[in-house]
Amino acid sequence: MAKTDIKYLTAAKQDTQKKKYCRFKKYGIKYVDYKDVDFLKKFLNEQGKVLPRRLTGNSLKYQRKVGDAVKKARQMALLPFVTDLMK
Amino acid sequence: MNNYELMVIFTPILSEEEFKASQKKYSDLVVEAGGEVVHSNPWGLKSLAYPVQKKTTGIYWVVEFTAASDFNEKLKIQMLRDEQIMRHMITKLDKNAVEYNYVKRNGGFKNHEKATV
Repeated sequence: MAKTDIKYLTAAKQDTQKKKYCRFKKYGIKYVDYKDVDFLKKFLNEQGKVLPRRLTGNSLKYQRKVGDAVKKARQMALLPFVTDLMK
Repeated sequence: MNNYELMVIFTPILSEEEFKASQKKYSDLVVEAGGEVVHSNPWGLKSLAYPVQKKTTGIYWVVEFTAASDFNEKLKIQMLRDEQIMRHMITKLDKNAVEYNYVKRNGGFKNHEKATV
């Protein structure tokens, strides 16, 4: 009983989040290929929307390139414009 | 001279010979204009992510070439006239893109992508 009380009195640790990083900078990828659909899908949500930078951790430069690549892939019917349950 | 990449979606009704003939036609256009076909990659029949002209499949062809900057307009006119072509896109490749395509063609590079899962 006493032990559980103490557990709730002390604040739960929350600041152990992993630091996000830009995978393009880390792995030295300089070109985002619009033909590589499986790779681009990592940056999309279930409806086929592009995930924000705050979730992917991309740098601005590469987030733009990802966006451009996704748009090209959509034009060429490699990726859907709108969908449900893509993954 | 610039590096370009052309992606074409042909109608799925095309036979193998017609597909080959079309590829040759556009490759010849590039060569005639003084360009060079660097790499040609017919993907073949593939299902589309959404219907295009009421068709759910298409025959993809990707070709990398070099050409002068005024060539693309001529190529575009030819492709728009062609009824076998459902959609096309010409992308200008910068030096990183050329290098990427070269490395990918020669079988390397895949470990980068796996590391980013």
